[in-house]
Amino acid sequence: MPQNYVPIFLFMAVIAVMIPLPLLLAKLVRPDNPSKSKLMPYECGIDPVDSARGRYTVRYYIVAILFVVFDVETIFLFPWAVKFKALGMFGFIEMLVFLGILIVGFIWIWGKGALEWV
Amino acid sequence: MNVGTFILVSAIKTVIALLVLLTAVAYTVWLERKVVGHIQNRWGPTRVGPFGLLQPLADGVKFMFKEDLVPPHVYKPLYIAAPIIAVVCALTSISVIPIGNWVTVGGLRTPLQITDLNIGLLIILGITSMGVYGVALAGWSSNSKYSLLGGLRASAQMVSYEISLGLSLIGVLILAGSFSLREIVDAQAGSFWGFIPKWNIFYGGQIVAFFIYLTSAYAETNRIPFDLPEAETELVAGYHTEYSAMKFAMFFMAEYANMITVSCVATLLFLGGWHGPLFGAAVLQEILPVFWFLLKVFVFLFIYIWVRGTLPRFRYDQLMAFGWKFLLPLAIANLVLTGLIVALRS
Amino acid sequence: MQPVATTFFFYFLAALTLAGGVLVITRKNPVHSALALIIALLAQAGLYLMLYAPFVAGVQIILYAGGIMVLFLFVIMLVNLERSQREEQFNKQWLLGIIAATALGALFITIFVRGRAIFPVHIAAVAEESNTQEIGLMLYGNYMFTFEIASLLLLVAIIGAVVMAKKRI
Repeated sequence: MPQNYVPIFLFMAVIAVMIPLPLLLAKLVRPDNPSKSKLMPYECGIDPVDSARGRYTVRYYIVAILFVVFDVETIFLFPWAVKFKALGMFGFIEMLVFLGILIVGFIWIWGKGALEWV
Repeated sequence: MNVGTFILVSAIKTVIALLVLLTAVAYTVWLERKVVGHIQNRWGPTRVGPFGLLQPLADGVKFMFKEDLVPPHVYKPLYIAAPIIAVVCALTSISVIPIGNWVTVGGLRTPLQITDLNIGLLIILGITSMGVYGVALAGWSSNSKYSLLGGLRASAQMVSYEISLGLSLIGVLILAGSFSLREIVDAQAGSFWGFIPKWNIFYGGQIVAFFIYLTSAYAETNRIPFDLPEAETELVAGYHTEYSAMKFAMFFMAEYANMITVSCVATLLFLGGWHGPLFGAAVLQEILPVFWFLLKVFVFLFIYIWVRGTLPRFRYDQLMAFGWKFLLPLAIANLVLTGLIVALRS
Repeated sequence: MQPVATTFFFYFLAALTLAGGVLVITRKNPVHSALALIIALLAQAGLYLMLYAPFVAGVQIILYAGGIMVLFLFVIMLVNLERSQREEQFNKQWLLGIIAATALGALFITIFVRGRAIFPVHIAAVAEESNTQEIGLMLYGNYMFTFEIASLLLLVAIIGAVVMAKKRI
């Protein structure tokens, strides 16, 4: 492992030990007397109806997949940005073509209404 | 510096950074209660210690002695893992954040940072994107409808705003030419025409990027006006409805640690990090950069709280439309404009 | 930058990757599988760091562990878990599976043994310090057309996703 990255692993090891500690410590001192109504899932005082892990709208899925696509786009922009001064105008036009193709897609999904939540 | 000393020094820095960060988290909570109290014409905490300064301590003790209810039918391994994932992701970011220049302590020259990475900013983005899992799993494993809805909303919101967050950084990267947070700050040294500091925020269209960053970061940390995942009035705390005692405290800590990280990153990227007027004796010159950095971070935290005390909450469809139809096109336009300006100048 | 504790980190990360990979296919609960896959991907990012390729490691964390796996998790949470848990985990085609796995393994071993001459072991050509910058120079200089084609792929992905999901809205 390159030297500079070791402290991150060190840091994570320290918090991996430190974070569960209060959880365990609290176990020793806290009271523990659950009852049936205390353990009910909270639903504003009404008995829960039906399973809580129901199915939900497909829009969340669209958001996730659009996120992946645009995340890839952002990642492509990163090495371009850090080397931009060397790439100059040529690099700028190159990225304009790349972005242009994606913007066409973006306008298309906007028109299709995939960005509407309601 | 040989490898052994390097590891030892970074271990010491890790412990100090964690202590400072956890104290800062506790007192950000205090600050928030106090400031929001005054905004709403109340006093905030006053009873425990002078100005209620010992309130965080009292809260900590109370969290320890509270009964910890684990409802039946939860997926127990994930239910317990979720708050730990959230807090680990929130705390780890601090390991790449520099808080000042190089210092010499006992003949050892070391940067005020746990470790300086060439991909520091990428690591922070990566850890931020991992933070989604804490929230999503908490919501899913809780076996409560409110939690599931809160978790889903939170993760959809976080991933949506992550894109504009990433795009808003491009301008800074173009100007600095590096992912290393230290180099990004170093690139902001000096001034325009001798009196305006050469911070990124004053450079061309970067003020737009700054506001895009700040808005997306507010959404990313689930803070008002984007606190839909925990909207009290409809979801009763959202993904942590079913959490109590120490496990709830973990989510709380994660939220405030994330706020501090966002404020630090905003300072480093747009407000020149630890750059500020230096004067006085040699000792003062060593301390002042850290002071400027902490001052700027404090201002950001204050704005966070101020916004919380002032703005109402979005509706969920408004939130999504704002992210996808306004911030994203704006971020792309701003990035193209910045690119054009820099390309024409070079 | 000096390497530190290479042996420890290699075996630690490799063990994590393998354990994650095995858990992905043996867990019955798909959410657990997804989490195991995240661990495997993160350990892989660590391995990239060891190869002095920090940019690829960062991309691995942001894109795979933080992006694609969120999508996986959403889809898993979207389907009815109670029913899928009761269904049989492995189907009857294990014989075919073993043959395919053996063939693939043999292929890997052949390439590993015979390909050593083709892929010589040497120090990475790009310095760790300027890894991202060098990648930028390569990607937007030498490999310009491949990069532009990537945007077309992304366009197809956008259209495909919306067309698939739109029917059900």
